[in-house]
Amino acid sequence: MSSAYADQKNVPIDAPLVLGDPTFGDITESVGVITETKAPVMWFLLVGFFASLAAVLGGSVGYLFWEGTGIWGLNVPVAWGWAIVNFVWWVGIGHAGTLISAILFLFRQRWRTAINRFAEAMTIFAIICALVFPMIHVGRVWVVYWTMPFPNQMGMWPNFRSPLLWDVFAVSTYFTVSLLFWYVGLIPDLATLRDRATTKVRKVMLGIFALGWRGSNKQWKHYERAYLILAALATPLVLSVHSVVSFDFAVSQLPGWHTTIFPPYFVAGAIFSGFAMVMTLAIVARKIYHLEHIITINHLDVMNKIMLATSLMVGYAYSCEFFVAWYSGNEFEQFAFINRATGPYAWAYWIMITCNVFIPQFLWSQRVRRSIPIMFVITIFINIGMWFERFVIVVSSLANDFLPSSWGYFTPTVWDVLTYVGTFGLFFTLFLIFLRFLPMVAISEVKGVLPAAKPTHHGHGGDDSHMAKVTAGNS
Amino acid sequence: MQSSSTASPEMRPAIVLAEFANVDALLSAAEKVRKAGYKKFDCYSPFPVHGLDAAMGEKQSPLGWIVGVMALIGGSGAVLMQGWMSAIDYPLIISGKPLFSFEAFVPIIFELTVLLSAFGAVFGMFALNRLPSLYHPIFNSDRFRAATDDGFFVGIESEDSKFNVEDVKRFFTAAGATNVEVVEEEVE
Repeated sequence: MSSAYADQKNVPIDAPLVLGDPTFGDITESVGVITETKAPVMWFLLVGFFASLAAVLGGSVGYLFWEGTGIWGLNVPVAWGWAIVNFVWWVGIGHAGTLISAILFLFRQRWRTAINRFAEAMTIFAIICALVFPMIHVGRVWVVYWTMPFPNQMGMWPNFRSPLLWDVFAVSTYFTVSLLFWYVGLIPDLATLRDRATTKVRKVMLGIFALGWRGSNKQWKHYERAYLILAALATPLVLSVHSVVSFDFAVSQLPGWHTTIFPPYFVAGAIFSGFAMVMTLAIVARKIYHLEHIITINHLDVMNKIMLATSLMVGYAYSCEFFVAWYSGNEFEQFAFINRATGPYAWAYWIMITCNVFIPQFLWSQRVRRSIPIMFVITIFINIGMWFERFVIVVSSLANDFLPSSWGYFTPTVWDVLTYVGTFGLFFTLFLIFLRFLPMVAISEVKGVLPAAKPTHHGHGGDDSHMAKVTAGNS
Repeated sequence: MQSSSTASPEMRPAIVLAEFANVDALLSAAEKVRKAGYKKFDCYSPFPVHGLDAAMGEKQSPLGWIVGVMALIGGSGAVLMQGWMSAIDYPLIISGKPLFSFEAFVPIIFELTVLLSAFGAVFGMFALNRLPSLYHPIFNSDRFRAATDDGFFVGIESEDSKFNVEDVKRFFTAAGATNVEVVEEEVE
């Protein structure tokens, strides 16, 4: 990537991964101190605001349990509405975290160390928000545990041929593995905080969660192996999760859903939207917590390139769907896609195309990729666009299917909106708690990419402490 | 930690802990300790140091085998579970497909393989590292707190057959340690 710009002037061809040449102690200090000093007033205000939003979610879900799914805008033919749209959107956001922590780890993209903790936390909270929706969408929520294969007096087992059941396994496995991965990454950093702790409560709590980590090489040996294996497991897992989510649609026979392109198309979209959300969060957090030397502009630049690449993939998928619809000669399929672009949901379709395909094209410009305000606005557009992508897929396909006599038009109710908005409350409350109490940057990993971490007289391994080596790998 | 009260328990040396200035010093010290014939020793650093396994003469972690076994259990367990439940215990005909339609079982076979492998990786790593172990004599050293911040340490443990406090102290000083201390533990 970067070598293409080698002759341009202001490109950080050998920009260090961490700016300002800090010592190991400086890294510990700048990350650790955030969890140790009193939180800024702004933090309390934000937590108050988002916790209230989370209460809105609680209220909406409570009313849903009382009254039933009739409070939503759902009806035949559109029996899957915002709940499924939101589910797919939130799960997709989670994917960037795993991509950064696992796939970039396997590709030795060591710039990931600045953002992986952060992105993994985002993954976990996004999956929590996602999981809310299928659970409350089942209608009879009190029997949601029937999706699990457990012995019962009815002598029944779940139907393993249903994509919806695959989804139960895929998303719950994804959540569990992401949580384990995140926790394993946290152990050495919790030990760092434990050893800095000054109060009894912190010593005890951090002591328990650090499990007695000593940073001994005999421990690091197993630890690094475990981390590598987890990365190798999470990589196919993350690709499988959104593939399985897409099976919920693709395995059905509805025009607009029944397409083989769905698994890769969903995965690309998931990474696209997830990176947008990581960027949105990282841009704000690095500013507030003064981490500009760790999450540098170069990191944001590289992430912008990934967003541009995934935007192109998503754009390709949109056009490929049209091509296949035409090429199939199936008139229902052809109608489904022409109807998307020109029918009752054309407004949603063009919001999607504008946000996901047109606007990210600005990222071709290096000036845009290195301008914080512009990229922030672009990430917001992408977050919106990717929500509309799922809306278009779910709703427009259902609303106008085979027989015009059974067509309908979906309009959300206030409860749809409040439930969705409420999940932002849940997400940001969890995220703010994470920022406050846990190291938001992987301390031990960032130390590992400092120049001083590299032995000088042992000749193996290149110098990975610079952006150039890191990005030159994929040029 | 040593205490001046009269009830203070009897202490004995547990580890001689030497501090080194940087990664290079740590690596050469580890190599010297190994060549000197010490067996029960370990190096401590705030991040994994590349090349330290070789310098210490450490074997590769056997974690992969644990994960491999767990993967097999997860995958074959998922085949058996889905096959038995859908074809034997609760035969349910869906779209006229065969009862043991393994193609439909593939996603869950994959998910359970990954899930159990991940359990194997994490809990296997805990077992190999003896985690959680909230007490270790090395935590009696105040300086050792730097091991998770910016300190590099080598510790030779009293269980080593060649262990002798004075010898080890001299050895570390000669190896270029910036600080050498004897970490004690209570006699049980």
